[in-house]
Amino acid sequence: MLRVYLDHAATTPVRPEVVEEMLPYFTEKFGNPSSIYRIGWENRSVLDDARDRIAAQLAADSSEIIFTSGGSEADNLAIKGYALANQKRGKHIITTSVEHHAVLDTAKYMEKLGFEVTFLPVDEYGLVSPKQLAEAIRPDTILVSIMYANNEVGTIMPIKELAKVAREARVAFHTDAVQAGGSLSLDVQDLGVDMLSLSAHKFYGPKGVGLLYVRKGIRLDPLIHGGGQERRRRAGTENVPGIVGMAKALELANAEREENMRRITALRDKLILGLRDRIPEIKLNGHPTQRLPNNVNISIKYIEGESLLLNLDMKGIAASSGSACTSGSLEPSHVLLAMGVPHEIAHGSLRLTLGRETTEEEIDYVLAELPPIVEKLRAMSPLYQE
Amino acid sequence: MYSEKVMEHFMNPRHVGEISDADGVGTEGNPVCGDIMRIYLKVDEEDKITDIKFKTFGCGAAIATSDMVCEMVLGKTLDEAMQVTNAVVAEALDGLPPNKMHCSNLAADALHKAIEDLKSRRQKRKAESS
Ligand SMILES: Cc1ncc(COP(=O)(O)O)c(C=O)c1O
Repeated sequence: MLRVYLDHAATTPVRPEVVEEMLPYFTEKFGNPSSIYRIGWENRSVLDDARDRIAAQLAADSSEIIFTSGGSEADNLAIKGYALANQKRGKHIITTSVEHHAVLDTAKYMEKLGFEVTFLPVDEYGLVSPKQLAEAIRPDTILVSIMYANNEVGTIMPIKELAKVAREARVAFHTDAVQAGGSLSLDVQDLGVDMLSLSAHKFYGPKGVGLLYVRKGIRLDPLIHGGGQERRRRAGTENVPGIVGMAKALELANAEREENMRRITALRDKLILGLRDRIPEIKLNGHPTQRLPNNVNISIKYIEGESLLLNLDMKGIAASSGSACTSGSLEPSHVLLAMGVPHEIAHGSLRLTLGRETTEEEIDYVLAELPPIVEKLRAMSPLYQE
Repeated sequence: MYSEKVMEHFMNPRHVGEISDADGVGTEGNPVCGDIMRIYLKVDEEDKITDIKFKTFGCGAAIATSDMVCEMVLGKTLDEAMQVTNAVVAEALDGLPPNKMHCSNLAADALHKAIEDLKSRRQKRKAESS
């Protein structure tokens, strides 16, 4: 049986080149970068070098990179850190209803702390418009946080235009670019963002390491107090192997980005068209073209996502769904619901996210295996043929 | 996350289908998570269940409990079938994950609704003939 991993939006395998670069920092080069003897200060240079390499990939300055434990911490730092440091100027924050929970739940927490949050609604494709944002900005708005690309449906937000609206209103703009890493341009000058979150494990780097880009002049309160690491904005002995791995992974991803994306987009479109041909009554969720090159998200009417995933797993196919049973709550995906997808159709959503190692053979395998599974589950469904 | 028994009933359910001339039909659903289970049954003169089928929209647990409840009551009397509870069904499947105990463990409720439907149809017929 073929093993087909189509959940690259959840995480990716670490590339061997990345592992190789990381390995010495677990063992012989284990020093603490803050120590003054050789094995310590040598790692200070290693850390500085990794920071320079990453900054170069983002067209940022090295001093603008804060290393974190991943995407969630970067999002938390951007929102809590900025809001707390700037609350004298106002207590209004704007975000969207389709953010990852790392942003959404942080924003809800800020409400508890006395901030006011506007959750912008999205259209049927999961988009917010610059006009919507402009209308939501108030005199007391201090921060806007809008994701670059959606982790469930792959919709790419018009970040450049949105950031411009915020800049003109003198409001700070953060983007959760976790899903964009490795797929889209991360040039912060071109995007015009003030803060940007990344997580290494989404672009073939290790888990548990990420970063927040913070434009010079932006003030943040730290979330983690302690040592003076990361220019006093994030205490804690640096994850040297992880950071070195992230630097390597980001360089590789960006170097191969265009070629990879061309190949993956073609496979994605083959998969979407093939599913449409083979399975009646399915709907593509998200934007038809303004979407991540690797994202396929379809709703399959009359069936429920978890049973679909279990059947796919039996065939060696790893995928994900926005159904209530797999979301960890009783509700189906908040993203699909925000896009106006009806409850029962949100339950039948299937997300297949391709990666750099995905082959055409694997896509053909899915196209062969999925239709009979759908047929079997529809035959069991009381909603079918009603 | 599921027991082997759950997976077996989920992957190879033996009682999927509809009964066009059923004596009773019962539907139970969870409006929040969206599961829907429908049970069709037929009985003989002694009120023994001679045929039972289900159709279910839902997760692995929803489908497995539907199949299991059918298996447990086939050949039993209606009174015996009324004794089967959701908890008994879950136990027969070697348990369900805790988060599934409430939302997807409704098959016995659907069965009981089918039995009530059968009884109310009977009463209606009795009323009509007298
Ligand atoms: C859009 C988005 N933001 C944030 C995160 C959280 O990243 P991490 O798992 O590194 O904390 C993820 C990953 O699941 C994501 O997809």
